[in-house]
Amino acid sequence: MTDTLTPVLTAHWDEPDGFTIEGYRRTGGYRALAQALTTPQDDLIAAVKEAGLRGRGGAGFPTGMKWGFIPQGDGRPHYLVVNADESEPGTCKDVPLMMANPHALVEGVIIAAYAIRARHAFIYVRGEVVHVVRRVQQAVADAYAAGYIGLDILDSGYDLDVVVHSGAGAYICGEETALLDSLEGYRGLPRLKPPFPAVAGLYASPTVINNVESIASVPSIVANSASWFADLGTEKSKGYGIFSLSGHVTTPGQYEAPLGITLRELLELAGGIRAGHQLKFWTPGGSSVPLLTDEHLDVPLDFESVQAAGSQLGTRALQMFDDTTCVVRAVLRWNQFYQHESCGKCTPCREGTYWMTQVLQRLEDGHGTDEDLDKLLDICDNILGRAFCALGDGATSPITSSIQYFRDEYIEHQKHGGCPFDPAASTLFGSR
Amino acid sequence: MPFSEEVVARLEPEVAEIIGRYPKPRSALMPLLHLLQSEEGYISNDAIRFCAHRLSITETEVTGVASFYSMYKRQPVGEFHVGVCTNTLCAIMGGDQILATLEEHLGVEPDEPTEDGKVSIEHVECNAACDYAPVVMVNWEFFDNQTPESAVALVDDLQAGRPVVPTRGPSRLCTWRQASRVLAGYNDGLAAEGPVAGPASLVGLNIAKEHGWTAPEPPDGPDSSPATKGASR
Repeated sequence: MTDTLTPVLTAHWDEPDGFTIEGYRRTGGYRALAQALTTPQDDLIAAVKEAGLRGRGGAGFPTGMKWGFIPQGDGRPHYLVVNADESEPGTCKDVPLMMANPHALVEGVIIAAYAIRARHAFIYVRGEVVHVVRRVQQAVADAYAAGYIGLDILDSGYDLDVVVHSGAGAYICGEETALLDSLEGYRGLPRLKPPFPAVAGLYASPTVINNVESIASVPSIVANSASWFADLGTEKSKGYGIFSLSGHVTTPGQYEAPLGITLRELLELAGGIRAGHQLKFWTPGGSSVPLLTDEHLDVPLDFESVQAAGSQLGTRALQMFDDTTCVVRAVLRWNQFYQHESCGKCTPCREGTYWMTQVLQRLEDGHGTDEDLDKLLDICDNILGRAFCALGDGATSPITSSIQYFRDEYIEHQKHGGCPFDPAASTLFGSR
Repeated sequence: MPFSEEVVARLEPEVAEIIGRYPKPRSALMPLLHLLQSEEGYISNDAIRFCAHRLSITETEVTGVASFYSMYKRQPVGEFHVGVCTNTLCAIMGGDQILATLEEHLGVEPDEPTEDGKVSIEHVECNAACDYAPVVMVNWEFFDNQTPESAVALVDDLQAGRPVVPTRGPSRLCTWRQASRVLAGYNDGLAAEGPVAGPASLVGLNIAKEHGWTAPEPPDGPDSSPATKGASR
């Protein structure tokens, strides 16, 4: 019987020197690297496939399969790019991971780059977290000094350079092809796929782009075996993951557990929704996935079950909102975010998010009509599946799901002539 | 007025080093902009010209990039630039009240520095610290679990030159320019300062330890992984 929580990546975050190379080595760090460098690359790719690791950045694409798409013996340079541009609203796992355990990421980078036969790896860290950038820079520098990065790593004959690249504030760069444009020194605009990055990625060469947590999970698979990883989690959503609880919950924070844990179980550990209140709605994986409600407390948090419940597991960013929260205000704010972050490349997203802000503001102010709700759904219908990238699709999720579950609350704003909620009541300090 | 020969000569070793990090020079544009922001505090037209010249691209291309990313400022901001998260979760938890209080307290427009040049404010989007909501950033360091009162005290301290310590960051706050230099890739040696992890980052681990919960042991011990079994060595 597996324990309820299974700390792996978070297991040593309480060690006073956990972020240093000495601290990491003391708890077994870099042993997987030595092992990996004596293993044929294809066996490593096969092990990650067999482990069933799926991308931890939201989409859940099988990591080993991504690696396997890289053409071999093609004579072109290959690149590994780590997406450390954590910006999806509610998502706050990669930032503490890089702050407390940056060497797990660095070790994973070296193993992954070796497996896909890359000579260069880039860690694209969002710029708005300077202390995280420092810790990752230091970890890379210390790994160079220790001979884990550079020429002829651990006498294996394998050479690798790793560059830490800081972003400069653009949510869209979390989209993998926009990230590549950004890394090439351009505005971060998404690219048309195909060709996929595995064929034509960074500098039009074969490129793997993986999320921080995906890459940081790799050393544990190499060290403990693929079956060890695969035995955790559910049949199709294998392994462990960090679940980030935030909002109106008694004890917000990071909880590392096998995939498939439920929000009810997590809330029990976290002391429930804040005293005197009830859960109203929540996001299972950031704001770009449809909202769920207190009807969904027992949905196993794995890719398949959350999808069956009408949403997506996304980044396991569990944002909790209680009965003091106005859903219209929440959705308006998310939409303003998408409008602000829309790169402008495609019309449905650029124009759609702008006009939906106008309509949502009218509804929040109590001047909306029933037709406005139909108008919103119509605009969403014209964005979803028609936008150039997932940002546009994501923008529709909070709107369509909130109208599905809380249509009455939108109507209530009209009857009330404004927002019926007191914004002070939802704050952490307003109730004091 | 373009950069003086003296400034160009001083910048050149680092500019060359940054360009040398990448297989293709244009990839150096973002770190170069961070570097020039650390030089002048914002991205001036001179900085745009300098990047264009150094990377052999047009000024329009550089301007297009500089204006796309919200962290590059085209006008000077304060020595301490304060970002208040007002994305939905932080807003609902009190970020809206914090921003409104600070705007009224300082009496400045977004990105506009106070008269003494010390402080500027803007609203920011989700900064990946939701378990510490409401969150305020200063020069992109974390100030977790804020209230309107604590945020006012924070900017008062910044204006008065009193020492201010980020919640999860170095033991003293860097200036805007110093932070930009770190982003250009120049580690300031402060990585070891501050906590390993903040309290909210540790709640799950602490609960697991209380219950004696761990990840399972590897099946046959760590040295006989199927990933390497039968591998030709």
